[in-house]
Amino acid sequence: MLNNITLGQYFPVDSPVHRLDPRTKILLTVALMVAIFVCKGFAGFGAIFLFILLCVRLAKLKLRFVLRGIKPIAVIVLLTFVLNLFLQSGGRVLWHWWIITITVDGLRTAVFMAIRLLMLVMGTQLLTLTTSPIALTDGLESLFKPLSKIGFPAHELAMMMSIALRFIPTLIDETNKITQAQKARGADFESGNLIRRAKAMLPLLVPLFVSAFRRADELAMAMEARCYRGGSGRTKMKPLKYKKRDLCAVGAYLAVLGAVLVLNIFKIGVL
Amino acid sequence: MHEAISARNLSYHYEGADKNAVDSVNIEIARGEFVAILGRNGSGKSTLGKLFNGLYLASQGEVFVSGTQITDENSAYEARKHCGMVFQDPDNQMVATIVEEDVAFGCENLGVAPDEIKRRVQKALETVGMSEYALSAPHMLSGGQKQRAAIAGVLAMQPDIIVFDESTSMLDPSGRRDIFSLAQRLNERGVTIVWITHFMEEAALCQRLYVMDGGRVALQGTPREVFSDAEAVQKLGLDVPDMTALARQLKQNGIDVRSDIITIDEMEVELCRLA
Ligand SMILES: Nc1ncnc2c1ncn2[C@@H]1O[C@H](COP(=O)(O)OP(=O)(O)OP(=O)(O)O)[C@@H](O)[C@H]1O
Ligand SMILES: [Mg+2]
Repeated sequence: MLNNITLGQYFPVDSPVHRLDPRTKILLTVALMVAIFVCKGFAGFGAIFLFILLCVRLAKLKLRFVLRGIKPIAVIVLLTFVLNLFLQSGGRVLWHWWIITITVDGLRTAVFMAIRLLMLVMGTQLLTLTTSPIALTDGLESLFKPLSKIGFPAHELAMMMSIALRFIPTLIDETNKITQAQKARGADFESGNLIRRAKAMLPLLVPLFVSAFRRADELAMAMEARCYRGGSGRTKMKPLKYKKRDLCAVGAYLAVLGAVLVLNIFKIGVL
Repeated sequence: MHEAISARNLSYHYEGADKNAVDSVNIEIARGEFVAILGRNGSGKSTLGKLFNGLYLASQGEVFVSGTQITDENSAYEARKHCGMVFQDPDNQMVATIVEEDVAFGCENLGVAPDEIKRRVQKALETVGMSEYALSAPHMLSGGQKQRAAIAGVLAMQPDIIVFDESTSMLDPSGRRDIFSLAQRLNERGVTIVWITHFMEEAALCQRLYVMDGGRVALQGTPREVFSDAEAVQKLGLDVPDMTALARQLKQNGIDVRSDIITIDEMEVELCRLA
């Protein structure tokens, strides 16, 4: 279960979208969220969805990859849908039973909210599918760097994230080894109730923690030995640079935002 | 010209410990030398190594690295530029998720310009024979490969001295030989090597040895000088190299071989002479 885990959900292929500067992708994802919230009607969603489809296509992804992200939040989507359906009133009554009333407005809002959530998920999926965790880290560090002047630990957070990414596979390997070692001594992780199983995990967690702390200690020493002393004065082997394609991506986004605004203003397909 | 490393009356005391981990040590290592540091567990080898590149600051005495004395954080930082260190566990010294990025880490810390970093990283990976793994993830590499990547990371910083702290002890025999011969090649290129080890076969191939015991230098000299006194060496918790032991036994059994043999090559020559 643990050994073929892929970190995040980065889908490693070479595509124009993958090659975009991570900062562009992060900012555009945020901007896309803004557009999704600004959008007041189904036609606007149509425009945004077309944009997402275009990105999926350019990124050589399959639509179902993007849709896969919906699963974990399906419950939330459903809940929003149901709440909106029952609590929103106004318009023609479609269905009435006891204290439950479903109106046209309720149905419309419910569908609208559900679509909005799905769009948000698809947008962020697009980012994480086409940007490696490490590029994401680099991008975030670079974006938050101006804030380090007022004490925001941009470099430190990025360093922590990248070290975590570096060590997750190592720790997973180690977990497997310890599990096997404990199993060989007769430990039983699978049977019994939850408490019993949690108890069985304890002899697994203790050595894992001890080793993780030892690793952290040694790594800190090794980093210091390689002249690490925080973010100031550091350079990068591959500094992030905006290219022409980043401009194109921004252009495409602005077109969509424009469309959404125009549709809003002229109340085309608006509730 | 100054020595690569010189320590005078160097002591280090861990907080709360009842005695010095390194105790009045005097060591002179010339530029371009290949020196081994031996000693039983807890004899202070690692502590000494960390004093050489300013990871620890001396409690007493003086230590000079490439001519600068390490006295405070700033001089320690200078020392680290000259004196790289490769540790025991290859897993715990790689920071980045891609080999190439990890090799670049030290250079990035030094503020080297991007193009120069790329050049150095490429060259360092070539030197250690890891060019084809430039884009691999560290956890996909074997122990020996990780260790070579770690060495590349140190090389890219272009140090004069590299301290290896039991860098082969977690590797299989072939990986161990690889790393040792890599260190020898670096030494031929002029890098001073301090080789901390438990393997006498490796020590036998170094130019000079220091044997530590209880934080002090108990024995020093060329491998031949040090291993000639087997009792003294064994008293310090070490073995003599296999070939030295073999020569001794052959001699006890009446075969007249030289008693100062330390490497397989010498044994081969000696046996051929007898045959
Ligand atoms: N962080 C520490 N805090 C306190 N004492 C320490 C610490 N690290 C090492 N020591 C002690 O200092 C002494 C020297 O330790 P050191 O690690 O230098 O030995 P070593 O020769 O490298 O041993 P090994 O062969 O096991 O690596 C030992 O007695 C050890 O217990
Ligand atoms: Mg040690």
